[in-house]
Amino acid sequence: MAVSARLVATRRLSNLVFVAFCGVVTAIALTALALILYSLVTQGIGGMNLDIFTKSTPAAGTPGGLINAIVGSIMMSVVGMFIALLIGILAGTWLAEYAGESRFGAVVRFLNDVLLSAPSILIGLFVYEILVFPFKTFSGFAGGVALAMLAAPVITRTTEDVLKLQPIALRESGVALGSPVWHVIRNILWRGATSGILTGALLAFARISGETAPLLFTALNNQFFSWDMAHPMSSLPVVIFQDALTPYPDLNRLAWAGALLIAGSVLGVTIIARAFAKEPKR
Amino acid sequence: MSIELNAVRRRSTPHGFAFEPIFEGLCFGAATMLLIALGGVLVALTIGGWPAFSKFGLDFITGVTWDPNPEHEVYGAAGPIVGTLLTSALALLMALPVAGGVAFFLVELCPTFLRRPIGTAVELLAGIPSIVYGMWGLFVFAPFFASHVETPLMSAAPAGSIWETVFSGIPNGSGILAASIILAIMILPFMAATLRELLSTVPAQVRESAYGLGATTGEVVMKVTLPYVQRGAIGAVMLGLGRALGETMAVTFIIGNSHGFPKGMFDSGSTIASTIANEFNEASGLQSSSLIALGLLLFVITFIVLALARLLLRNQVKA
Repeated sequence: MAVSARLVATRRLSNLVFVAFCGVVTAIALTALALILYSLVTQGIGGMNLDIFTKSTPAAGTPGGLINAIVGSIMMSVVGMFIALLIGILAGTWLAEYAGESRFGAVVRFLNDVLLSAPSILIGLFVYEILVFPFKTFSGFAGGVALAMLAAPVITRTTEDVLKLQPIALRESGVALGSPVWHVIRNILWRGATSGILTGALLAFARISGETAPLLFTALNNQFFSWDMAHPMSSLPVVIFQDALTPYPDLNRLAWAGALLIAGSVLGVTIIARAFAKEPKR
Repeated sequence: MSIELNAVRRRSTPHGFAFEPIFEGLCFGAATMLLIALGGVLVALTIGGWPAFSKFGLDFITGVTWDPNPEHEVYGAAGPIVGTLLTSALALLMALPVAGGVAFFLVELCPTFLRRPIGTAVELLAGIPSIVYGMWGLFVFAPFFASHVETPLMSAAPAGSIWETVFSGIPNGSGILAASIILAIMILPFMAATLRELLSTVPAQVRESAYGLGATTGEVVMKVTLPYVQRGAIGAVMLGLGRALGETMAVTFIIGNSHGFPKGMFDSGSTIASTIANEFNEASGLQSSSLIALGLLLFVITFIVLALARLLLRNQVKA
């Protein structure tokens, strides 16, 4: 029985190696990620003060804050989300209710999935070509459209998924009562899917609020506070990008504070979205 | 007792019936908009990049010189292309075993009370904006990497050996390898979360019967559960690769941003996305067109990777 004893020993050993590898690797990964969060929080809190929420972005050496960037980010995200919700919900509804097994439906579904993870900088280039170059000015509106192109595929996907979870009998009973199909969709299906669609919308919002690359060539940046969506507009991610790459410590501190704000709000929104998703067990 | 025919007709058409085709049209239009958006990206990049393609031809892809000096403008994209592929491949090579290890740990080995918190933490980290990873790379990781990894390795490499070439560059913390490591850390939570979701779809009976036959944990994972979700796992890896290829912010901070071929792991380089992010706003004319042409190349590369990923992942997991 020497052979089988040796076999058992090697199997034990290789299993030990495997288990140890998994454990060690998990520990390393969690440490690395914890280190990132640690520097983000310590450096970010170091840069926090009231000025952040009251003053606009400064030139190096002068005191300033991020209010123009915060407001710009919120405005562009709101515009982006508005467009994305409009298109995403309708497109998701079409895929779930009208497309069926049709070939066009399959193509849209597939390309939507590709668009979902397309490099965001290319979306920025595209919007530059169609909205910035022809109108000869960078604008907050172009930034909003770029963000919408990133959010719409997420919302489309979730809307389709949650609508398909609704029982067929619900549709049939609606139609049997004499409602037109669009009434059934609007008053029964959408209403039942509200929490699911909301979850998708929140996740999409979390995704676009941290995006930098698509805003670089569309909204550009603006040193001053502005409500004007027709002109260049500041946003948190772009300000972080520019301030972090300067050699000035006070601008770097501002960048850390901004990064903490963004990461904090993204995490917050994601947690709220997950809480929504949990209520009706999917 | 006669019923008036018209009244019946009126009552039998439901209220709001006329809007039916309009609503379907709206939905169809929205779905088509998504197609147009993706098609529009392709068309806009092709049109915008055409001057560069027609001027340089195949040299645009194979050329190594990227010189915006207006006296003798010439643009060759080989440097950024190689930089993109190299950093993504290295990042994948580093992230894959770690992500696999984390996923296996969470599914097979983790004590139950830790499973949910760690799993949730990994999923939440997958959503952190990439610019945060980039900043951390620039301010925290690069100085550490320069003094504790690059300098010792460079001085330890024997002169004349291959290691001297591999470890050549300026030990300032930025460069190809540093960018790859940051990319790996960035795609790690995403890949781990997707793999975990895939592995948890393996039916309990399958795993339990493997254990019942006396298989060790390692054997269950490697010979039973992983093969069970093989297709999806490859898809998840490709999705991670797609992210790494198109990532802009995490890379631009730390790759060093120089054109041409990187000569060693510590040498600075560039990727397609970082080149576009750095130069596009200052560019005009032929340079601008060359940058858009670069974008088209990136689009083609990622489209192939993502399309393969989606085909493999289809109906297995939502990511």
